[in-house]
Amino acid sequence: MDSYNLVIIGAGPAGLAASIYASRYKVAHIVIGKEPGGQANEAHQIENWPGTLSISGYDLLKKMREHAEKLGGKIQMDSVSNISKAGDEFQITTHTGHCQAKYIILAFGMEYRKLEIPGEAEFKGKGISYCPTCDAAFFKDKTVAVVGGGNSAGSAALLLTEYASHVFIIYRGEKLKVDPITLEKLEKSEKIEIIFQTNVKEILGGKSVEQIKLDKLFGGSDALDVQGVFIEIGSEPGVELVKQLGVETDEQGFIKVNSDQSTSIPGVLAAGDATNGSNKMRQILTAAAEGAVAASSVYKKLQTG
Amino acid sequence: MAMEFTDQNFETEVLKSEKPVLVDFWAAWCGPCQIMGPIVEELAEEVKEKFKVGKLNVDENRETAGKYGVMSIPTLIIFKGGKDVKQLVGVQSKETLKSELEKN
Repeated sequence: MDSYNLVIIGAGPAGLAASIYASRYKVAHIVIGKEPGGQANEAHQIENWPGTLSISGYDLLKKMREHAEKLGGKIQMDSVSNISKAGDEFQITTHTGHCQAKYIILAFGMEYRKLEIPGEAEFKGKGISYCPTCDAAFFKDKTVAVVGGGNSAGSAALLLTEYASHVFIIYRGEKLKVDPITLEKLEKSEKIEIIFQTNVKEILGGKSVEQIKLDKLFGGSDALDVQGVFIEIGSEPGVELVKQLGVETDEQGFIKVNSDQSTSIPGVLAAGDATNGSNKMRQILTAAAEGAVAASSVYKKLQTG
Repeated sequence: MAMEFTDQNFETEVLKSEKPVLVDFWAAWCGPCQIMGPIVEELAEEVKEKFKVGKLNVDENRETAGKYGVMSIPTLIIFKGGKDVKQLVGVQSKETLKSELEKN
């Protein structure tokens, strides 16, 4: 079984930044992640990464991955199913094998929140999408709905206006929670129509999505004909490994971290969107910063034994 | 190497193939598809004795993508004897794809 000083779980900005710093500190480590780049791969244009005016999520994360690998970081595409502690070491079981580590950095990010309504699972890939950048182009001249009212819903709607003939935003709240710059663009678009204080109850169709049912009347009916539904109601931290390890979380499920990114379990650190750190800003920039701090803390702990 | 399937060669290479075929529906604009690409390449090499594995660019081959109702990418479809027997949506690991090919 391979043994490392550090195993980083998650290969998004937090995990890759942790790997870059760990390599520079010469800490023997491996990054294990389900999808190199993670959720950031799906970001349309990133316009707040200092030094780069605009770049797609995939391109930025590809650069990070190449950077990490160039410095010697090993990135394994795999999923972790179990972590247990045996003596001073953690035993990590993945889909394809086992390894052990003195320290662990949990950097697995978030999972998309689902509506959990009838039709959602059935029509996944048949009109239901969680990735606007992947799927917007399939809805040329069609009517679509974006469910949600935050920044990701706002950006999804704007991207969809490039293809769709009409875009509904359906939001349970009474005011969108988007950046002023996004709000300005949404208000300017003639294709976008916002339905406030409304929930989607059910998704109907034949081979693909044809209609959604709302929990209140809109234009005299609770049925809205759409061919696509983009679900953008945010994300929640992955819970499986957190439960197994017994790491302390806040009431929303975010891993509680100290300023050195340590958690309630000795030897387990956490970084990125799954933590309650960085004022929960959940940006690529803050995830990467937490990854760097976590790697630095592991280095210090290894030095002092 | 993974084959390039197109609207033109789909019938001969996929539907009339003697071996079961895995088709990766992708496009250049889709980040997760770029992650899938190298995985599909590796898989093609590893299972080439038993299965055919290839990619179909949905942007350039809209007819086939439309025929199989692909509205989300990456979508991976396994074809056996000219029929689509299994459809997977989203990034999949090489191991998952291998076991699905063996199962179907």
